[in-house]
Amino acid sequence: MNIMKKGLQSFGLPRIIIICFFLLLFVLAGVYQMDVQTLLGDVLRRWAMYGILVLAMVPSIQCGIGPNFGLTIGISGGLVGALVSIELRDLGFYVSFDSNPRLSMLVGILVAIILALLISSIMGIFYGLLINRVKGSEMTVSTYVGFSIVAFMNMMWLLLPFKSSTSIWPLGGTGLRNTISLDENFSRVFNNILGFYIGRTYVPTGMIIVFLLTCLCVWLFTRSRSGVIMQAAGANPAYAKAAGINVDKMRIIGTTISTALGGMGIVCYAQSYGFLQLYNAPLMMGFHCVAAALIGGASIGKARILHVILGTFLFQGMIAVALPVANQILPESSLSEVFRIIISNGIILYALSKAKEEIR
Amino acid sequence: MIEQKSSNAYVKDLLLNNSVVILFVVLCVGSFFVSGTTLNYLLPELFIRISRNTFMVLSLLIPVVAGLGLNFGIVVGAVAAQIAVFWVVYWGFSGFTGILLCILICTPLAVLFGYGVGALFNRMKGSEMIGGLVMGYFFDGLYQLLFLYIIGGIIPVSNPTMIIAGGIGVKNTIDLMGNLKYSLDNVPMIAILDVVFWIVIILTSIQLIYRLIKKQELRLKKALLVLSLAVIIYALSYVPALSSFLSTDRLLLLNAIELGVLATCIYNIFRIIRRRKEYETTGLPKKELLYIAVALAAYAITYIPVFESAFVAVRLPVLTYICIGGLCVFMSWFLNTRLGQNMSTVGQSRTVATSSGINVDRTRIIAMIMSTVLASYGQLISLQNIGTFSTYGAHTQVGQFAIAALLVGGASVHRATTKQAVLGVILFHTLFILSPLAGKALFGNAQIGEYFRVFVAYGVIAMALALHAWRSKK
Repeated sequence: MNIMKKGLQSFGLPRIIIICFFLLLFVLAGVYQMDVQTLLGDVLRRWAMYGILVLAMVPSIQCGIGPNFGLTIGISGGLVGALVSIELRDLGFYVSFDSNPRLSMLVGILVAIILALLISSIMGIFYGLLINRVKGSEMTVSTYVGFSIVAFMNMMWLLLPFKSSTSIWPLGGTGLRNTISLDENFSRVFNNILGFYIGRTYVPTGMIIVFLLTCLCVWLFTRSRSGVIMQAAGANPAYAKAAGINVDKMRIIGTTISTALGGMGIVCYAQSYGFLQLYNAPLMMGFHCVAAALIGGASIGKARILHVILGTFLFQGMIAVALPVANQILPESSLSEVFRIIISNGIILYALSKAKEEIR
Repeated sequence: MIEQKSSNAYVKDLLLNNSVVILFVVLCVGSFFVSGTTLNYLLPELFIRISRNTFMVLSLLIPVVAGLGLNFGIVVGAVAAQIAVFWVVYWGFSGFTGILLCILICTPLAVLFGYGVGALFNRMKGSEMIGGLVMGYFFDGLYQLLFLYIIGGIIPVSNPTMIIAGGIGVKNTIDLMGNLKYSLDNVPMIAILDVVFWIVIILTSIQLIYRLIKKQELRLKKALLVLSLAVIIYALSYVPALSSFLSTDRLLLLNAIELGVLATCIYNIFRIIRRRKEYETTGLPKKELLYIAVALAAYAITYIPVFESAFVAVRLPVLTYICIGGLCVFMSWFLNTRLGQNMSTVGQSRTVATSSGINVDRTRIIAMIMSTVLASYGQLISLQNIGTFSTYGAHTQVGQFAIAALLVGGASVHRATTKQAVLGVILFHTLFILSPLAGKALFGNAQIGEYFRVFVAYGVIAMALALHAWRSKK
């Protein structure tokens, strides 16, 4: 009895509630005679799509700056990378691959990812330098730095000299479009690699492989020498300092990796979604990713990759099922969106109220 | 030489400590000239926004004093106000009765919410600000659930102008025209005067009776003085010229400045005389004379045609501004009461507060309740002035903008005063009005200006928080 109680406690009440809710949604989907197999495909697609963005929480939590509420910084970098890749295609940089459309698309997304990693890493270093100066209130500062970046990029989207007809408003308008279709660039290129159907469930194998490979890379990093040092610096800064670890440097490394993952994550997200969303679309994305990691079992001070894999599956899976189910119950309603707001912010509040015993 | 250096250092300190304010003054003045607009356009817009927003910004002060930082959770107060507004409009109340009923409903709601938020904040000491921010979003979700699905879905309502066709959920906007619009702004001065007169009479008589029963010294002379003063002012309001002036509900800014100048002069002359009489001090009363000089200078400005025409264009809603002024007075009084002092002790150090016998958790909860209740009143003031209630949008940016305004005024996470709040509202909204115009003039695109002001709102919060964390680390 005691063991069961303890196990329950470590598993956490919120997770139990969310798993029950998740199952309930599937039951409801069955009751409404919806296509559960297609729904499962959606769950898989969203899981892989958001995975890397949520993975960005791991290095940031491990290096001691808490969940990266300022993920929008990395996302902005990623968007610039993707836009440049689109621009390059228009300028004819990928012409030599035109004989094989799929290869050409693949080159496009790889260029986008490399640029995203590059730009986001540079932004991440500056972000880390800033974060090191505000120890103790990283979460609030990073939230607002993230918001400011989105507002700043809004101005940039209007002013940056992009010329590609896919990205800018066709006639009369100034600046880039709100949503840019990626059909001619790298829409679903990862998803379709080795993608197959089980019944009516589509498995986006390529994207899942990319996600898991990225997880593996991050896992290898956490096992490496600098990864272990970084975790030590995050877990107990005072002790780490006494042991001769350069805590500030480790925090910058963690922040930079997290931001870079944000940049890569948004490119993968966009390829799965088929559109690049600019302006205010990424504003709350950081919050959703934090919530997903926390649902998976991470806390303000501790996170593992397993938490990310599980949390993204639960949170995004829940949304994937909730959307059509809510539409069945109340057509054309935003019921699932409302539940998403309540659940994601509720779980962050819960984690914050539990954080007291852990850090501080 | 040494004196010179210290005065230099003093100027440097002054510049450094007020860098945010100076930056914003420069930005405001710059965008005013770039946009090429006139004072006749700017001032009326500005004073409307001041009347809408100042009360809300002032509601942030108490948590800052109590060490809870910037209360991003005032969104919760705004939600309480909006729930009240919905039901009052739904039941068909209007005018001043309507707004009173709103206050009656939203106060207990805000107290309840404030208690909940405060209790939760006690469990996350040190991360109240991020907690408050997330709390705002969380409440937004609950609010949407209530307004979109529970109203109509579970609670039966029927009103085609307010409810979405189909009977479930509240429409995007609720028109307050003809029910709550200007219900506070439109109260005429004479009605305010009436109420104040009767309150003074009643309070003075109660005081006299109380002293009579308790067999204390009556101090009849002073009471009679107050009463006769009240009666004289009341009688004056029956003079036809004054009566027609008082029966309006708006006060021209020009008249307000004249009245202010007059009041300042009389008050300061009175003080000078009293000082001479009571303390028998000699020498020039510098401070009082300075005030009088400033007042006279303000009066002189009203004769410059550019300013005069702008001042005539601004019509202040009297009761709203009285509420704002009243809250300022209340704040300075409250912070000197025992509870207010306890709060600032808690704000400075929880350990010291605990060891001197203050119940820290309880004090923090009281601070949150007060802030939430004031924020809900602030939202009521704002909604009745705007006149259209955007059901799902009115509360979302409330916290950010109020906090940005407070910070623009030079406040920090640890220190905020009423003066900073008022100054901040003026500067922030000036920039808010001007930046789209300036954006259009500079880039030929008003959208850039709009994004710029959002960037400013977020950026100033980020900067202030970063500066604060930076300094407190040292």
